[in-house]
Amino acid sequence: MKKSNLVIGLLVLAAVIAAVVSFEPSETKKTAAISGKVKIGFVYVGPVADAGWTYEHDRGRLAVEAEYGGKVETVFVESVSEGPDAERVIAQMASDGADAVFTTSFGYMNPTIKVAQQFPDVKFEHATGYKRADNVATYSSRFYEGRHVLGLVAGKMTKSNTIGYIASFPIPEVVRGINAAYLAAKSVNPQVKFKVIWVSTWFDPGKEADAAKALIDQGADILMQHTDSAAPMKIAEERGIYAFGQASDQAAYGPNAQLTAIIDDWAPYYVRRVGDLINGTWSSTDTWGGFDTGMVALAPYGKAVPDDVKAMAEEARKAITEGRLHAFTGPVNKQDGSPWLKPGETADDGTLLGMNFYVEGIEGSLP
Amino acid sequence: MDYGLLSSILHAVLVASTPLVFAGLGALIQERAGVLNLGIEGLMIVGALAGFATALSGFPLLISIVAAALAGALLASIFALLVLRLYANPVATGLALTLFGLGLSALAGAQYVGQAAPQVDAWNIPVFSHLPIVGHALFSHDPLVYLSISLAILMWWFISKSRAGLILRAIGENHSSAHALGFSVTGIRFLAIITGGALAGIGGSYLTLVQTPLFVEGMTAGRGWIALALVVFASWRPLRVIVGAYLFGSVSIIQLHGQALGVSVASQWLSMLPYLVTIGALVIIAGRGNFSHKAPGSLGVTFRESK
Repeated sequence: MKKSNLVIGLLVLAAVIAAVVSFEPSETKKTAAISGKVKIGFVYVGPVADAGWTYEHDRGRLAVEAEYGGKVETVFVESVSEGPDAERVIAQMASDGADAVFTTSFGYMNPTIKVAQQFPDVKFEHATGYKRADNVATYSSRFYEGRHVLGLVAGKMTKSNTIGYIASFPIPEVVRGINAAYLAAKSVNPQVKFKVIWVSTWFDPGKEADAAKALIDQGADILMQHTDSAAPMKIAEERGIYAFGQASDQAAYGPNAQLTAIIDDWAPYYVRRVGDLINGTWSSTDTWGGFDTGMVALAPYGKAVPDDVKAMAEEARKAITEGRLHAFTGPVNKQDGSPWLKPGETADDGTLLGMNFYVEGIEGSLP
Repeated sequence: MDYGLLSSILHAVLVASTPLVFAGLGALIQERAGVLNLGIEGLMIVGALAGFATALSGFPLLISIVAAALAGALLASIFALLVLRLYANPVATGLALTLFGLGLSALAGAQYVGQAAPQVDAWNIPVFSHLPIVGHALFSHDPLVYLSISLAILMWWFISKSRAGLILRAIGENHSSAHALGFSVTGIRFLAIITGGALAGIGGSYLTLVQTPLFVEGMTAGRGWIALALVVFASWRPLRVIVGAYLFGSVSIIQLHGQALGVSVASQWLSMLPYLVTIGALVIIAGRGNFSHKAPGSLGVTFRESK
């Protein structure tokens, strides 16, 4: 073997290693390097450019910067996998002098609690979890309120009376969304049917697209999804049907297809909590906010939505915001026909948080 | 079941299977030359990004496919250099290639997230595309579907009928003997790796150009690994790669339709089904001695030219 070959080979190897090392997610990006400020850390499960879940959390971070300007400094780490990596990143942020750390995925729950015990003076905020401590607060959104409005629009606009629903995993969060959308659709269109496909993944654009095609081939003319990619929206656009965006405004993928989208708007919560921190009034709380807190928002209605449907949807949103309407209001039976909510009764949060049943009228069984 | 739905299901099966056909053939040609390349997933996603970016810049489909093939070939040449010249362990290098490809495409592809590629028009084959049921299902596809089938037939002819294919097989079966006969083991393996990389790149680009016309990081979602399993399933024969890919695609699509039709089987079972069927088929093939085809003798063994 010639020496020059070895040199070239080593150079390539070095380049590869350098490239791989530079992808290490632990690189902390400073956005404001002024000292003596309140320092806030954010840990993201995906890339900021995911056009969905993480993108919206980062918009919340930017809102905090815009609100408090020179009083805060924010740092974030993206694409942190749930598990030991998360614990390392959270601990690193705390020891780097962060005053508060927002951990934005369910799988960060145990690492957050563990690190919080080691840093009692640092405040932690964990999204979508249920374990709290004196310095650990939790927060999530009532996305089902948004699903109610989506269901109304879908029920009014479907021609085939078939709504396709691409679901990820049968956890309460997802089941709640299906039930809320179905009850709302049924209330305006007694003929409506839901076809649900469970794809057993949060993110596989190819599989989500295949599921979207299967639903359309079986007569669905409106798609809803509870998975993370914009693939179903793109397929809906291609096939000339309608769909609802997930987690973020996906009109770019479906300029004609998107009827509206549920937007997870974390900005109001982040701004309020950081304000509390600055004022010294922060305490460990459990927040489950909906339309009323601004944490759940809707994207602008698409061109295809007629004015009367828009008006009805807006009225429902207003009623929910003002507390006059609850997405789960009796009479509602469970799928097996046993009564769940009496006429006029609304669901309690405990049942909603643990929801593991379909309501009456949805076909198929929960996985 | 109405015939329109049957036709749609068949159509979707072909679309879902095509990336696997390309990637499977890409892995197969390397393995017949004795190279075990576990970097197929990385090659696929780099091709997926290259094809998507090219299409987005307004180039026609053909140029986008060529760009995807070049990107795959370029990344594969790094693998070739490390494995053939520097005698790096092929298993570790292949795994590194997958991680590298995923990272590289995520970094370079961030700017393309949120954009949509132009739609690829179907080629309706005259007369045949008007046949009932099969017309839409089989003869009304984008050009890449026909290309994948043609390539499998071409590769079958090349490997089993041509002299060059015989040399390729000889190197894969016993590289020392082939070397003694005067064939350039390293040179031919290099060509096989480049070709395989190009095919995997095209397979990846099918995802971003046709199946799911958008790009997000990690969107190959394990298809490169399925392609590697398909090669074993196909007992290293190109035409059986098609059979395996279509079998896998069928089960994947039919389980989705089954759920939408309300078939009351737990969806987790249905999600497992494609993999279970593949494992089952592997066991059956392995059990039938005369039917099976052994792995190339020198597969994954590093070749060092003695001075």
